[in-house]
Amino acid sequence: MTEFDWTQLLDYALMGMLLAVGIAIVRLRNLFAAVMLAGVYSLISAAWFVTLDAVDVAFTEAAVGAGISTVLMLAAMLLTAREAEPVKAIRHWAALIVVSVAGAALFYAVGDMPVYGDPNSPANAYVGMDYITSTPNDIAIPNVVTAVLASYRGFDTFGEVVVIFAAGLGVMLLLGLNPGKKTGGEE
Amino acid sequence: MNPHLVLRVVSKLLIPLIVVFGLYVHFHGDYSPGGGFQAGVIVAAAVILYALIFGIENAKQAVPTGFVRFMAAFGVLLYGGTGVATLILGGNFLDYDVLHPDQAHHTGQHIGILLVELGVLFTVFSVMMAIFYAFAGRAPDIPEGEW
Amino acid sequence: MIELLAERFNYIIVIILMMTGLYAVVATGNLVKRLVGLSLFQTSVFLLYITIGKVSGGQPPILPEYSESYGGSNAGETAMAAASPAAEAAEGAVSQGEALQNTAEAIYSNPLPHVLILTAIVVGVATLAVGLALVVRIRETYGTIEDEALNQADYAAENARRSA
Repeated sequence: MTEFDWTQLLDYALMGMLLAVGIAIVRLRNLFAAVMLAGVYSLISAAWFVTLDAVDVAFTEAAVGAGISTVLMLAAMLLTAREAEPVKAIRHWAALIVVSVAGAALFYAVGDMPVYGDPNSPANAYVGMDYITSTPNDIAIPNVVTAVLASYRGFDTFGEVVVIFAAGLGVMLLLGLNPGKKTGGEE
Repeated sequence: MNPHLVLRVVSKLLIPLIVVFGLYVHFHGDYSPGGGFQAGVIVAAAVILYALIFGIENAKQAVPTGFVRFMAAFGVLLYGGTGVATLILGGNFLDYDVLHPDQAHHTGQHIGILLVELGVLFTVFSVMMAIFYAFAGRAPDIPEGEW
Repeated sequence: MIELLAERFNYIIVIILMMTGLYAVVATGNLVKRLVGLSLFQTSVFLLYITIGKVSGGQPPILPEYSESYGGSNAGETAMAAASPAAEAAEGAVSQGEALQNTAEAIYSNPLPHVLILTAIVVGVATLAVGLALVVRIRETYGTIEDEALNQADYAAENARRSA
């Protein structure tokens, strides 16, 4: 890095906020506060997605993470419990051991990963950049993400849509779409 | 009288704007960030806001559960049907170039992307609404004191 | 060593966030909070993908509206339509060359991770809803969503069945 990139300061600030919110979520026992902080966490990560040039992703994360999933978790919380039970100390230590072993294994692999922002890394060098150069000639729309999503990888997206449909179907089967009629009868 | 007067007035102003913004995000998705996934979630968020402020029964009158169920399946069928249509016209599955003879401007690609994104919009919107109805239909109404 | 880590700060932060989510999943017995932890984990995986796709000095992968190859500009097109097919082909080649040049000028971030994660976010909320629906049903059947209480209820039911 030859010259200092000022947007990196923004990145560091967002990362610090993500860490603070993440640790707060783990420590809170009040479920309402935890769910609300999860929405905040999504919004901060959406802001980071914007500085990482992923505007489409930031858009989706802001709408889904801060909007829909917060509402769903609040609804589920209303139906279940407001407060989590305190956890025994031994369980904290067991979790800490699991997390440190897994984290150490991941840290061991960091040295082999490509440098942040490397244009020649394996992930960035081949197919991703081919989409950018060939989209004007094949599809002729400016937004490359839409071109890849709907045309180059339309088959993948079809699979995703079917998964969303199946998930919706699963929720309907589990909870019933018209609970007023008869579905909640067995309680 | 009404404890949520500000909420009602503000949301009445905002909900149409949110829906229009969602449609803009959808139909302008070729040129700017956006597309069926984002638009579906945004429009669903507008209806969920309506349901939270004015009650779930009013929302069910505006967007009936039968409509939601139908559209969830219809979106998947529209997506798959576009693929089948390209097969029938002699191309590969989801190869949109055969949809329109104008190859120089890739009109077929534009039509195909529009249809497919509409399918995504319908499915995402309807599934989000169905999930919300399923949870909210069971949840007890929040007592006034809890707001 | 310090430089090696400083160039890869994104992985370090992502790993710490991931482990925060994993800790919430393992340490808490409350099923709703476990799902919250799982969605923390999920978001940090999204961050991993997107940071890998970042190219320094890059722009969002939305190309400029370069004129002819979109077929948008009408005056030139209608004039060319009257000309011979050969001339039209030549025109097309020129405009394609221009388009390529335009895209080569700017650096764009990798669009492929964006596409993968965009769909994964929406699928993620749909599957989260399935998980929450299961939790709601468990609460209706057992009257609790703490996993130790659930285990005890299961053991009690099993013992009652054996002794009967």
